[in-house]
Amino acid sequence: MSNYDPVEVTPLHADEVARMRDDALAAIKAAGDLDELKKVRLAHAGDRSPIALANREIGALPPQARAEAGKRVGVARRAVAEALAARQTELTAERDERVLVDEAVDVTLPWDRLPRGARHPLTTLQERVADVFVAMGYEVAEGPELEGEWFNFDALNIAPDHPARSDHDTFFVESVDSGKVLRTQTSPMQVRALLARGVPCYVISPGKVFRTDELDVTHTPVFHQVEGIAVDEGLTMGHLKGTLDRFAEVMFGEGMTTRFRPNYFPFTEPSAEMDLKCFVCRGASAVPGGPPCRTCKSEGWIEWGGCGMVNPRVLVACGVDPKRYSGFAFGMGVERTLMFRHNAEDMRDMVEGDVRFTLPFGMEV
Amino acid sequence: MRVPLSWLREFVDLPAVTAHEIADRLTAAGLKLESITAYGHEIKNVVVGEVLDIEELTGFNKPVRYCQVEVGEAAPRGIICGAANFSVGDRVPVALPGAVLPGGFEIGARKTYGRLSDGMICSEQELAIAETSAGILVLSPGSPIGADVVELLSLRDEVIELEVTPDRGYALSIRGVAREAATAFGVPFRDPADLDLPASADSGYPASIADPTACDRFVLREVGGFDPAAPSPLWMRIRLLRAGMRPVSLAVDVTNYVMLELGQPLHAFDRTRLTGEIVVRRAREGETLETLDHVVRKLHTDDILITDESGAISMAGTMGGLETEIAGGSTELVIEAAHFSATGTARMSRRHGLVSEASRRFERGVDRELPLYASWRAVRLLVELGGGTAGPGVTHASIDVEPVRITIPASYPGRVAGLSYPRESVIRRLEQVGCTVAEGADPQCGGGPVTGTGTVTGGDLREQLDVCGTETDLLTVTPPTWRLDLTDPNDLAEEVIRLEGYQRLDSVLPTAPAGGGLTEGQRLRRRAGRALAAAGYVEVLAYPFMGERDLDNLRLAAGDPRRSAVRLANPLSEDEPLLRTTLLPGLLKTLVRNVGRGAGDVTLFENGLVYRPAPGAPATAPVLGVDRRPTADELARIEAALPAQPYRVAAVLAGEFERSGWWGPGRPATWADAIEAARVVVREAGFEPVVAAATHEPWHPGRCASIHVGDVLIGHAGELHPRVAEAYGLPPRTCATELELSRLESAMSGLAQAPTVSSYPVATQDVALIVPAATPVADVEAVLREGAGELLESIRLFDVYTGAQVGEGGKSLAYALRFRAPDRTLTVEETSAARDAAVALAAERLGARLRGS
Repeated sequence: MSNYDPVEVTPLHADEVARMRDDALAAIKAAGDLDELKKVRLAHAGDRSPIALANREIGALPPQARAEAGKRVGVARRAVAEALAARQTELTAERDERVLVDEAVDVTLPWDRLPRGARHPLTTLQERVADVFVAMGYEVAEGPELEGEWFNFDALNIAPDHPARSDHDTFFVESVDSGKVLRTQTSPMQVRALLARGVPCYVISPGKVFRTDELDVTHTPVFHQVEGIAVDEGLTMGHLKGTLDRFAEVMFGEGMTTRFRPNYFPFTEPSAEMDLKCFVCRGASAVPGGPPCRTCKSEGWIEWGGCGMVNPRVLVACGVDPKRYSGFAFGMGVERTLMFRHNAEDMRDMVEGDVRFTLPFGMEV
Repeated sequence: MRVPLSWLREFVDLPAVTAHEIADRLTAAGLKLESITAYGHEIKNVVVGEVLDIEELTGFNKPVRYCQVEVGEAAPRGIICGAANFSVGDRVPVALPGAVLPGGFEIGARKTYGRLSDGMICSEQELAIAETSAGILVLSPGSPIGADVVELLSLRDEVIELEVTPDRGYALSIRGVAREAATAFGVPFRDPADLDLPASADSGYPASIADPTACDRFVLREVGGFDPAAPSPLWMRIRLLRAGMRPVSLAVDVTNYVMLELGQPLHAFDRTRLTGEIVVRRAREGETLETLDHVVRKLHTDDILITDESGAISMAGTMGGLETEIAGGSTELVIEAAHFSATGTARMSRRHGLVSEASRRFERGVDRELPLYASWRAVRLLVELGGGTAGPGVTHASIDVEPVRITIPASYPGRVAGLSYPRESVIRRLEQVGCTVAEGADPQCGGGPVTGTGTVTGGDLREQLDVCGTETDLLTVTPPTWRLDLTDPNDLAEEVIRLEGYQRLDSVLPTAPAGGGLTEGQRLRRRAGRALAAAGYVEVLAYPFMGERDLDNLRLAAGDPRRSAVRLANPLSEDEPLLRTTLLPGLLKTLVRNVGRGAGDVTLFENGLVYRPAPGAPATAPVLGVDRRPTADELARIEAALPAQPYRVAAVLAGEFERSGWWGPGRPATWADAIEAARVVVREAGFEPVVAAATHEPWHPGRCASIHVGDVLIGHAGELHPRVAEAYGLPPRTCATELELSRLESAMSGLAQAPTVSSYPVATQDVALIVPAATPVADVEAVLREGAGELLESIRLFDVYTGAQVGEGGKSLAYALRFRAPDRTLTVEETSAARDAAVALAAERLGARLRGS
């Protein structure tokens, strides 16, 4: 009350407020870009703008005049603020439209700046097989590639003079009677697994094996197998079939089953050759009149691996009582599986290490 | 085994089905089809003709005949023929115009030698019944004119080739395959060995068995007055050829024919060349024998020989001797049929590198009851076809062999299969195989030796393999003499299960106990592979072989442990007889191959075993028995002889690591990338590696780092020595890393511990230190960390400068230090004090001074 100023304040006259507002709105409208708008904001809505200064005068009015003047100035300021915001949005959009167009790039430019890597499909295929069995409760076992002859042959019921032994084109280490060979199969892992783990034993063992074959389209002296063994009470050949059927489905899709044919392996008895239903034609090519299939040569089945019930003699050599325990074992070639699962036609590609072969397989197969 | 179906059908009444259907059934029984070859089906319009007239044409550079041949048509046909082995009146095969010969070869009337040749007179070769023929085929005089030659000679046949597994020697005969076919189709089998033997009181040519472990039956029969000029009949030659054997002479052909038919290898001696008694024995020290192939063989004292008073005359069941062999003029024959030890013949065949039709059969097991019958079948054929007379006696030396008997519960095959087979099916199937099945346990069971596939014999093993337990419904099974592979209960189970059909097996997924998943080492290997691939490396799987040359190329010193490599006795290549002790040779060669194929920038890695023999390890690994679990000590003796085989991972890189492109220049692969590859792998094990300068072949001595985890050396990385790059033909400045994953795995300890993350603000301080140029940056960083104390959160080198401003022999290292406390906002005084402490310690330990001070 003490700072009451009886002098009338011109800036708060209605027509004066309207003029300030109109000046501001005109300037806002005239602002051509965001920089100009920034200046307009300073001039017409900033702390030192006429309308801001007018606002300060309200306090000097007589109390009965304050409300009306305050209302008048407030309305005008709001109108200016709204106009500023609207123009800001408008100009920002205009600028974005211009700038974002100017900044456009050719996103099709290549960016092969960093090298691309990949894992070998034989490695990742072995891992995939292992994972299928790990999911069934198996564990992955590994063993030496340079193996004792006893593990590779004798303990597997392949006697020194047995024809099966000479069928394996074996790399002998140092001398033929050193008792050491490059393992010709992953089957010695059956023996190692049983000796190390006892029973029950459910083990899958992928790995490198060696035979003295020359490298060609379908042979390589160094190749890979996956061996599986299960020894427990009450295991039957039906369990072997069930396991391999499930395996085939997981690897190749629903409805993919296996077929057994009698065969001979010294370390399994009974033994079977395991055929996989051709996953390309699904057996259709073998039906009379069916379309021919290159993958299975229209047989409807592809030879996949060997299997059978673990020969009780192997159990004996591992200290497992065949009266109480039985088991099954199976094995298949990884290269061969890659060939028909991924249409790889030449085994040489798998061993030569040409990056062009490996890159498309990426991190997993 | 190649089986002409016409031959098979002689002994089994197969239904009228295709060769494929027969093969499918045999495949299902375990005799896998390899191939089917059809013969004679494509031959058309070849008929019997009689030669009426022969006109010898002259003026040509070879004899040419123009023949008039009566083929049962309105008029004879005029045919040109170049052969001269026939006369007027002979009956010959004539391919009429329009005829088709094997190979789709069509015959037409054509003008030749100035005449119209109205067809072709055929040779055996042209009819595909001989590999070569000297002249045309003259048919027997009674052949009806105009008759179809294919029908007349039964040329139409199919041959199925079966793969015979080593346990089923009996299937290396028509007899064995016919038995399986009969079972497969459920039709009767007529055993071709079921012959009536003549009663004979006389003994034949004197012979005895001196070593019963070498031979347990030896039979000789004689044929006298044999006509050595008698030809083998066409039907026999055709069958031999189609079964894969080359016809030679009647005497040889008959022995081969009987071997193919019955599975019993036979040998024919010329009686006039034998001296005194024949004895089957092992070879003596220094004995030699010139075999049929004109090779003088030095015999081993384990070799099984047929001998007479002159010495060795034949290597039993493997190859005959040259001296006593029947020849073109032999008229007095001695036919040998014997049963030799399977392992004995196997060893002899392997030792001398001699694989014959006979040795293949003896190794896989021949029916020991066959010799008397097979020799009689051969004698009858020789007499019938070669005009001789059978000798009055027979020599029969024999050792008694206790038959194998196996007692199993009747339910056992079902227990193995997971099915329930009716008792009568089990018995019927075993009988179809040829077994004798008796009810109940036989006290004799276990009397026979446990032989066959196993290395061990003896009652203990048989006891361990016994499956009868407390079962009461027992069967005692005596396998037939041709099934030497049937020795164990599971062998019998397989016979029942396969004949009942593998397709009948249920498909049941067993429930394995819960497993523990992958091991830490397995996970680490996968992670290392993925991390390297993500970092731009491509995995390769090189052969693990190397040569001395690689060791030289890698500049390994004489005493370098990587020079101690395992040598293969029979390497694929004489250049690479060693097993790798480092992954680098294979990777470097693969890199060279990629560069050679046009790749400029190559980044490769491999993850695999190396083979590192332990000094002083035993040279040989013992081969243990198999009748029990080996003792821990026995197993340890095998392991001790095997080299260590640790997992390693290695990477090689050449060219640009970061490619040049439209964005600007690239960055060549350097030692730093190689060391970073090592870091990538080591970090996967949860460690920050300690990198230090090192000198280690094959790296550049100034650009090689050792990689440690704590005190454990994990490997090396850096740029290769320029001479190594040169030796391998690598791009200059090729870099490499090699780490031993197995060591990294052993160093892994426990689980990663969660850090405390402070939310208080960070305080940053930069320092630039001048240190002697030779001071490793890693040392400076370590000292700064130590000096700065616990408040230091991280330290980062952001500039390295050498030049005038720091003076000769020095370098300036600029670090950004970040400080943070877990429980408060740090004051400027605190962080400055920590920084000053760090600088002070660097000054004290390394002579560092602050730049600008």
